[in-house]
Amino acid sequence: MRIAVASGKGGTGKTLVSTSLAWLLARDGHPIAYVDADVEEPNGHLFLHPELSDCQRYARPVPELKGKTCSGCGECQRFCQFNAILALPDRIMLFPELCSSCGGCVLACREMALGEKPREIGSIETGTAWAETRHPIRFLAATLDVGEARATPLIGGLLDRIEDRGIVLIDAPPGTSCNVMEIVRGADLVVLVTEPTPFGLHDLALAVEMTRALGKPVTAVVNRSDLGDDHTRKYLASQEIEMAAEIPFRSEVAEAYAKGQIAAAVSPELQSLLWPLGRRLIEEASS
Amino acid sequence: MKQLVVISGKGGTGKTSILASLACLSAWESSVVTADCDVDAANLALLLPGDDVRTEPFWSGRRAKIDADSCMLCGLCAEQCRAAAIRVEDCAVIDPLACEGCGVCALVCPVEAVSFEDNQAGMWMERRTAFGPLIHAALGIAQDNSGKLVAQVRQEARAVAERDHIDLILVDGPPGIGCPVHASLTGCDLALVVTEPTPSGKHDLERVLALLDHFAVPAAVLLNKCDLSQEFTTRIEALARRAGAQVVGKLAFSREVPQALARGELPLAVEAVAAPLAEAWERISALLSTGESQANQVL
Repeated sequence: MRIAVASGKGGTGKTLVSTSLAWLLARDGHPIAYVDADVEEPNGHLFLHPELSDCQRYARPVPELKGKTCSGCGECQRFCQFNAILALPDRIMLFPELCSSCGGCVLACREMALGEKPREIGSIETGTAWAETRHPIRFLAATLDVGEARATPLIGGLLDRIEDRGIVLIDAPPGTSCNVMEIVRGADLVVLVTEPTPFGLHDLALAVEMTRALGKPVTAVVNRSDLGDDHTRKYLASQEIEMAAEIPFRSEVAEAYAKGQIAAAVSPELQSLLWPLGRRLIEEASS
Repeated sequence: MKQLVVISGKGGTGKTSILASLACLSAWESSVVTADCDVDAANLALLLPGDDVRTEPFWSGRRAKIDADSCMLCGLCAEQCRAAAIRVEDCAVIDPLACEGCGVCALVCPVEAVSFEDNQAGMWMERRTAFGPLIHAALGIAQDNSGKLVAQVRQEARAVAERDHIDLILVDGPPGIGCPVHASLTGCDLALVVTEPTPSGKHDLERVLALLDHFAVPAAVLLNKCDLSQEFTTRIEALARRAGAQVVGKLAFSREVPQALARGELPLAVEAVAAPLAEAWERISALLSTGESQANQVL
């Protein structure tokens, strides 16, 4: 069962919640995978400290000119919706960073002068956290190369590597755009982590709209629940979204987190707050 | 004209509330244009009240549509669509949330059953605020092309600055290091990176500084919630020094800040952070006035 942990607004505590849930469920003996899909800024490894067993470069296809059959007709440029091809009178120029990897230019070329070659855009890492314990956490993460613009293909490549066994917690990037949609589309449940501030509420509403557009069940975790106002709770009630947990701000948790520790591992309070959500995931995964 | 972009890598470090505070500080001297380029989750308008005097649609890309009467169910389009946006049932059906408008389906369709519709991907607005004009935008749910909308917001902000003879644009950037961030920072004179002393904050700051180096945009660093960890504060200061980025300020965590934000007030209203913010703004102003303007470079 795939659980997407998403948020709309950044910095609400997605990684805190997903690493804590992974730790809690693994400790209870359940098969767990943690997948860091925030490929622009992956942070899960800073808390799970996994031993990596594999790191592979990830590439997506982009066009390349092959042979000398190009007639300069410009059909490829006319076809490309992403301005990745410029046909000059004497040659064509390719801008692979703009290419969407749709493959259409290769099909559009009448002279069959275009082929495809792989372009590396990031890495996918596989490993294990708490490998020495009876119930380790499977770890999977991807990192986008600095300077690359399009993260979505890498996220797709990462999601393809997931081994669907037990509960798979996917730590999503902030926002509601294509990167997040790619993850939510394949999820069985979306956990939205929010905070009770005007910013948190505004972005939560966008995230709820996105999950509804994709027809996914959603539950909410309100982090720093004592720093803000009551509007977020009222919104959740009005939308009939269950509040799976309310996590008050604790400076000892913030400080432990600042040391790279799993928040739940140092806070019995957080363990008991997250446990009902954890139990729900276990029940749904086994049914 | 000078352009300052505020980014962070990691989300939720305080970009927007700090940018709004800087807008307030700079408006004591003269009006400023603010541009909210976090079009995925645009929050600046929540802190800068005023009336939207202009609302314009943002058109971007197109979506395929398949004519059910012409479709002969050959399935070639679904086979070739790499976005996996086509299902063949009683007719080939496009999932508009997955379609990227590339046109491969139209290219391979033997009976020309595919047509395209222009796609309204969002809208952008001009607002009058107490500090000057704000350009903000809303990306439609499940829309791609946020980089293009960011570029549009930047372009409108420059046009408004020229129209109103305003010399400073403050750009609120999105989290991450991908396309919309690139669109937010190209051509800016200075990037203020707001970070926090945590493993995530430091890790993401490293990647953001590498990105700024890649795009040759000078960087300054502002440490928020600096009392969370002395160890990471020291490490981030060292990291900034190595990257040639001045640490322009350090703000301590205060419970009063989220409470002020919940009341719709700026962090400047909180005494503990008002003075360090004002000092940070002085240092940023100095960096802006010494740096050579890149505003005329092509986006």
